[in-house]
Amino acid sequence: MKLTIGGRQSGAAALLLGLLLAILPTVPAWAHKPSDSYLSFKVDERGVTGQWDIAFRDLEYAIGLDANGDGEISWGEVKQKHAEIASYALARLEVKVNGQACALSPTEHLVDDHTDGAYEVLRFRVWDCVGPASAPEVLDVRYNLFFDFDAQHKGLLRIESPAGTLTGVFASDSSSQHFELRSHTLLEQFGSFFREGVFHIWVGIDHVLFLISLLLPAVLFLPHGSRGGWRPVERLGPALWDVLRVVTSFTVAHSITLSLAALGIVSLPSRLVESTIAFSVLLAAVNNIRPVVEEKRWMMAFLFGLIHGFGFASVLADLGLPRDALLLALVGFNLGVEAGQLVIVSVFVPLAFMLRATVFYRRVLMIGGSVIVALVAATWMAERIFDLKIITPR
Amino acid sequence: MVAAAGLCRAVPHVPANDAVIVEKLPTRASDPIARELRQLRSAHAADPGNRDVAVKLARRYFDLASAEGDPRYVGYAEAAIRPWTGAADAPLDVVMMRALIRQYRHEFDPAMADLDAVVARDPQNTEALQWQFALHLVQADYGAARERCARLAPLTTVLAATACTAVIDGVNGHARDAYATLSKAFAEHPSSDAEYRQWVMTRLGELALRMGDRALAEKHFRDAIATGVVDGFVLGAYADLLLDENRPAEVVPMLRDWVASDILLLRLVLAENAVHAPLAAEHIQALADRFAAAALRGDKLHQQEESRFTLQLQHNTDKALALALENWKLQREPRDARVILEAALAKKDSAAAKPALDWMARTGYEEAPYRELVAQLNKLSGTAK
Repeated sequence: MKLTIGGRQSGAAALLLGLLLAILPTVPAWAHKPSDSYLSFKVDERGVTGQWDIAFRDLEYAIGLDANGDGEISWGEVKQKHAEIASYALARLEVKVNGQACALSPTEHLVDDHTDGAYEVLRFRVWDCVGPASAPEVLDVRYNLFFDFDAQHKGLLRIESPAGTLTGVFASDSSSQHFELRSHTLLEQFGSFFREGVFHIWVGIDHVLFLISLLLPAVLFLPHGSRGGWRPVERLGPALWDVLRVVTSFTVAHSITLSLAALGIVSLPSRLVESTIAFSVLLAAVNNIRPVVEEKRWMMAFLFGLIHGFGFASVLADLGLPRDALLLALVGFNLGVEAGQLVIVSVFVPLAFMLRATVFYRRVLMIGGSVIVALVAATWMAERIFDLKIITPR
Repeated sequence: MVAAAGLCRAVPHVPANDAVIVEKLPTRASDPIARELRQLRSAHAADPGNRDVAVKLARRYFDLASAEGDPRYVGYAEAAIRPWTGAADAPLDVVMMRALIRQYRHEFDPAMADLDAVVARDPQNTEALQWQFALHLVQADYGAARERCARLAPLTTVLAATACTAVIDGVNGHARDAYATLSKAFAEHPSSDAEYRQWVMTRLGELALRMGDRALAEKHFRDAIATGVVDGFVLGAYADLLLDENRPAEVVPMLRDWVASDILLLRLVLAENAVHAPLAAEHIQALADRFAAAALRGDKLHQQEESRFTLQLQHNTDKALALALENWKLQREPRDARVILEAALAKKDSAAAKPALDWMARTGYEEAPYRELVAQLNKLSGTAK
């Protein structure tokens, strides 16, 4: 009897008494290793997909793959068993997303090599549990493969999600695991909402057009009693003062409604909100062509800023608000919006001030640009009111 | 080709056609072993509550794991006896089986407790006594090991009883006496059993190394290999001798077909690296992948090898030393001490080598490369003062 200690033969410790099995070893290129399977989930905005690498040796033991008994498993023999492999394995895996049990459906069968041999690569879809609007936040996995006949089998789990990579190990005495997919630190969460805010103001073309339309006249003025139209301002000071009033009003207003909506205190139908936002852009553009409000544009910014805030809130809701860090997300998102807005303003104002005296600015941008903006905004309004799709696939 | 594929990093793919062989199994359905296992498995499946069948199946699996070096079978063995292992007064045959499985997993204390329970109820159980001897030896508890030899002596052959104490003397500074005693007993009680002869020859080779007679050691190792008995241990010991003698070119052909074993693959890559063999890079990657895979599942079975790998091929002295020290907590055979000495010397940190230096001082272990390492470490701490 040879004594094999901890998987290594202990030379001095081996005593020869009794029977030793005379087995000529087959000499495979593979390592000798206890049985593992490699399970991975990929979580993204499109949902959850899975991949499960399971050793052919283990599947052979569990369900038998070597149909002709020649000691070799051919791809043809594996293909014959694909349905059985998928149903055997997936019956031993339970996945819950946000507490809802998911359906698991095989999508693809491949082959891959690991250190100890070739593996079935079973790709599958995790579905029927995550709505399109709710991001996966919590993942519960129950793993029960091969434990019935191999007490040392382990399932090595890897989850790739926007919050980062998580890993876990399933063993016969720990077959269930719970994973939080949200960002772990508050700072990370804050950062991600901040980035979303910046991103949203930059791609939210209606907010940008509203703001620009209100800012275009900041470097110009209408002389009293003159019918000559917009004239360039002399100094930067009054222009900056005007910009500051408009931007601050807009910011304060949309922050108020964004907070009220995100906290669930006030809510408005999104069609009304979106239509009114389009109307606000139209109004701001038309005011540049046919000035009605000049000095008091900051009031317009405030009034319609309230409506734009509801628009931001619906974006924030789509992102999936963390219940335990609602305020953090709100502040992060809002500051992101302001930062994004500040970047736009700081690029726009110097350029506008430099170009204010040119015909290009006063005619082409101020009038021509506003006409185009007004037309676009009018179309949006029609789309949003009548739920049509004319120019913008929103 | 499976052999090549096993060492490459692959990507998930669809094989070219149905005839492609994706995996070779360790046994064919018609092999006697496979047939016997199948019969036992179906008997066990038909009557999982039958303890005799379950223990017999577990035993068969465990022996297969030892013979083939394939730990999968240990998991099968454990699952077979699981219905009985939970009970406080588990049956004796189940406790013995559980002890074997536990020591395989390096759970030495629970394994020893199981063996104590077996010996308490069956004092003449030679198998349990042998395992206790083995575990004490691996943990460098030579007093307890010697006590087991005394209890085994009346139950076993003269040669086995002589070997039992010679093995202990051999690590305790009495290699020359141990060699003389064991070779005399071997001459007086020759065995017709090839396994037995191979085992004694391997021990004589180790003792000769400690006496400082490498040529004699080499002769014994070669004789042991020439018996035809397949044994990874003697190959490892001989490969280490050749590496110490700076003869790596001879290691490569000897271990070429042993890449399945992490322990022998390590010796192979050290040799291949030294002679710049074409497969060196591929094998180094394969071994790195295996250590990574073991770490992923939380296994620490081959830390001695991982320490050598980390030190000599990756030149990461900090990690190599940490692995060597971690390994020493469980396993304390001469090789386990050597990896500490080597890593500590590479890091120029003789204080870190304390557990191994203490062991060297306590045992008076004689093998020359070890003494050289100790001398260099002492010099290091001398100049540091």
